[in-house]
This record gives sequence, C-alpha cells and structure tokens, in this order.
Amino acid sequence: MTTTGYGFFATRRLILQGVGAVAMVGLGNLPFLAPALAAANDKYPEDAFKAKSEADAIKALYGKAPEASDKVKMDAPEIAENGAVVPVSVTTTLTEVTSISFLVSENPVALVASYKIPAGTLPSVGNRIKMAKTSNVTVVVEAGGKLYSATKEVKVTVGGCGG
Amino acid sequence: MRLRSAIHLGSAALALALLAFAAPAVIAADTVDPVADAKAFKKFFTDKFPKVKLEDFVNGPYSMNEDLHKQWEEKEQFPPYEFSLEMGKEMFSKPFKNGKSFEDCFPNKGIGIRQNYPYFDEKEGKVITLELALNRCREANDEPPFSYVRDDMAALTAYMAFTSRGKPFDIKIPNDPRALEAYQKGKEYFYTRRGQLNFSCATCHVQSPGERVRAEVLAPALGILNAMPIYRSEWSGMGTTSRRFTTCNSQIRGVPLTPQDDEYRNVEYYLSYVSNGLPISGPGARP
Amino acid sequence: MASTIRVRATASGETTEVQALIQHPMDSGFVKDAKGEIIPPHFIQQLTFEYDGKPVFMADWGGGVSKDPYVKFAFKGGKKGDDLKVSWVDNKGATDTNTAKIQ
Repeated sequence: MTTTGYGFFATRRLILQGVGAVAMVGLGNLPFLAPALAAANDKYPEDAFKAKSEADAIKALYGKAPEASDKVKMDAPEIAENGAVVPVSVTTTLTEVTSISFLVSENPVALVASYKIPAGTLPSVGNRIKMAKTSNVTVVVEAGGKLYSATKEVKVTVGGCGG
Repeated sequence: MRLRSAIHLGSAALALALLAFAAPAVIAADTVDPVADAKAFKKFFTDKFPKVKLEDFVNGPYSMNEDLHKQWEEKEQFPPYEFSLEMGKEMFSKPFKNGKSFEDCFPNKGIGIRQNYPYFDEKEGKVITLELALNRCREANDEPPFSYVRDDMAALTAYMAFTSRGKPFDIKIPNDPRALEAYQKGKEYFYTRRGQLNFSCATCHVQSPGERVRAEVLAPALGILNAMPIYRSEWSGMGTTSRRFTTCNSQIRGVPLTPQDDEYRNVEYYLSYVSNGLPISGPGARP
Repeated sequence: MASTIRVRATASGETTEVQALIQHPMDSGFVKDAKGEIIPPHFIQQLTFEYDGKPVFMADWGGGVSKDPYVKFAFKGGKKGDDLKVSWVDNKGATDTNTAKIQ
C-alpha cells in the first residue's frame, strides 16, 4: 500500500539503496518512521545539477525525454527586468503530477530547480530564477509516469549572474 | 567637434541666462512659485500619460510598461526587501550605548512621519532630509554616523517609509526667502545638464519616461522619490536616495557629489515638493 | 537569532496556499568578486514543507535559484491555526527550520 504519489520513487530508491525497508513505505504516517522515509526520498540529484545541457539534466532526473504539451502552462516575462530575479511559474491540467522542474538552457548549469509534488499538492509552482542571458526557459512536468514540457524564450538584457 | 563645442557654449550661455534671471542673492517671492510649479509638473505627466492614474506614478518604470508591471506585481506578493525592512525595524528601536534610540529623535517615535521629509529648517537655514536627520540623531547620541550609501541607512529609511505607506507627500515650504531659494536651487539642479553624457535629470525623467536608456525603462520624475529607499534588482539590495543620486551622476559620467551635499538636499526638496499629494510607496522595488 | 525562513500560509476553502521567502545568498559559484576571485558556491540544496508530519512539497535547488529565494505552491487540506513546518539544508551542510501557523 503506497501512501502517496511518490511511493513509486520511495520504493525504487529504498531498494536501490539496499535498505530492506520496503515495508516502511506503507507506514509513512507513523511519526517515528517518517524521518527515515523522508531521508530515503531525500537524495539530492547531484548528477542532474552537474549536467551542462538541458537534455542531460532531464535525462539524469527522469531517465526519459519530454514531449511538448499545451497542458503545461508557463508564465514568464517577455523581457526579464533583471536576469538575477526572473519570476517564472507553471500550472498544469495534467493529472497525477509527481514532479515539476525548471531549466534554463543558456545557464552554466541548465537545471535550476526540481520540485516533488506529493498527492494532495496542486501541480502549480511559482519561483524566482537566475538567467545568465536571453535563453529558453523550459518547464518539465512528470505526470502519470510520463514527461511533458513547455518552453518559452525570455529575453535578458542585464545578466543575472552578477554582470 | 566644432558643432559640439558650439552646442556646449550655447547651453552654457542659456544656463547662465537662466541663472541670471532666476537666482539673485535673495529670491523675490513673486518670481518663484512652487505651487504653480507643482501644478504644472503634475499636469505635464498626466497629459503625457493619460492612462496612468496619478497615484500610480510612484511606481516608476512599472507604471510605464506592462511586462515590467507584471513581474513587479509577482515579486510584491512577497518582496525581496522584507529582510531589509525587518532589519530597519529592529535597528530603529535598538538602544544606543547611552540607552536612547532613534525613537527619541523623531516625532511619534518615527512612525508615520516620512512624508514630511525633507523639510526646511529655519534655524539652520537649510534643507534637512530624512537620512541627514537619522545620522544627526546618531551623532547627538555619541554614535558614529552611518554611510549614506550602505545597507544600514537603507534599512532604517525603508522602515520609516513603510510606516508611512499610503500617506501623501506633505512637503512644506515656509514663507522664508531662504526656503524658496533652496527649492529653486533644487529645481535648477534638476534641469541643469552635466557630465560627459550631458544629461540633466530632466533629460531622462521628464523628456523620456517610459522609453529606454540602453536596457532600462526610465521612470517619470513625478513620484520618483515616493518609493525611496528602493530595493534594486541591479543592486540585489536596498539603496538610499543618496546612493541613487550619486550613482545617477556617475552613470551620466559626471562627478558625483558627496551624499547630503547642499545640491542633493535641495534637489530632493524640489522633487519631493512637486510630488506632494502622491502617496508614499516605499520601500520600493525597482529593476 | 531570527529564522531565515518567512512563510505565509493561508487556508482558502479546501486548499492552503503557501509562499515562502528565505534569506540566503544562493551563490552559484560562477560569479567573481571585485578582486576577480570566484565567490564559492553557497546555496540551499533541499527545502521541505511538512504538514501534519508529512511532506507536502519538496524542492531540490541549484545555484540558479535567485538570491533570497522565493517559492509558491498550494496543497489540499490544512486548517487555520495548524502548523506548517519548513526546513532547508544547504551545500555547506547548514540548516534552518521554522514553523508557521496557517492563517
């Protein structure tokens, strides 16, 4: 019995880490076990944050490539006021969303942020990101085990990385 | 080359002519009319931008550009200057070594008074700005003054501005020829060209609001000080009026004055007065 | 010492809307200082929001997230007066946590 939408990940990661605690997945509600469960799901995606290209980052995070979808609605400015703080948000009508990620193709590290969406949390995220220069901003949504994306070009006149 | 020097000579001559007419040693009350100035100033901007509500001019470039306005609105939901504001609030009531605090230097403990600054001090015969008053408070209590262009002063003025949000600018010019002179000198400073780029404040903020200078959208001069101090994305931090004046001077490749020099105090006096009635919106966020 | 985490959580019908602003330099490690030396990377890597003992939102961040990072999301459930717990850990191993009441 899985407790949440990301139970799938929990099982995979627990097994991969060689922890014989598959049974814990179903007991995630118990407070004293919750930290262990959280820790098991907490693995920071180092490789994805080291990937230089957008495609590599998405591959490292999700193991597959996304298909463009108009059900992923991204809100980003035409011209960023300042590349240091660009407000970008996304919402989607897709169901069973488990993850949402933001990438900037021209940044030195393409992956900016990746969010886990447990069941019961709305598939909507707003955040503020840095953009080194004019670039495509891509949002990737993992829903029902499949990957979808939307892309928009955001112009940057003042670099967001201190320039 | 010759054409440029001719233009320089021409504008210098014009400036001299203006000064000759406008600035004798004592300004006669009937040649300086701040009330008429303020009315004309507001009319100029409301005529130029009929779709912008009067009180929205205080939002600077955001009142001029839809795309920028949207980004600003999003950030205002939880503004990046929150931390500076909190720091300012703490600093304001934190006691000096002698037990007193800023609260003791200002009416109503400094709450809700920002819209009265700058004011003309008739004893001293000069314009007193909020930043100046804050440092004088420190010095009067044996504390070293803050830099006018760094975070501490910015945080303090941010807090004071915040407590006055929504209150209309209420700058007074007493019936004193020296006050009128300070006002007039501020106005002249504003309209005088300077620096290698030969821009006056008016070149950007009266002639070209809403247009771009390189990548930046220019703010209208009406209401431009209402949002001070400002958290600029460019600075990734909060900056004071003094900081903005000195950097503006540098940006037009002029030599910046020392913060709180008479010219800066006077131009702050002028600009604040002509925006009387518009609401304090500080601390403001800017690109 | 005050927490670096500011949270605004508002219950609205069946949903709780959450906005968080966190004081953190979020140095990417790609920027040089005035002397021309690289400012070392220093940024929040993981951020977790918990309600009723369960995570309702988790963020994996890199240096590309803006300084003094902000995030907004919403989850089903949450009542006025309940606690929402927020914690982060950065690349230097530093942590902070704060609990806010849902309004």
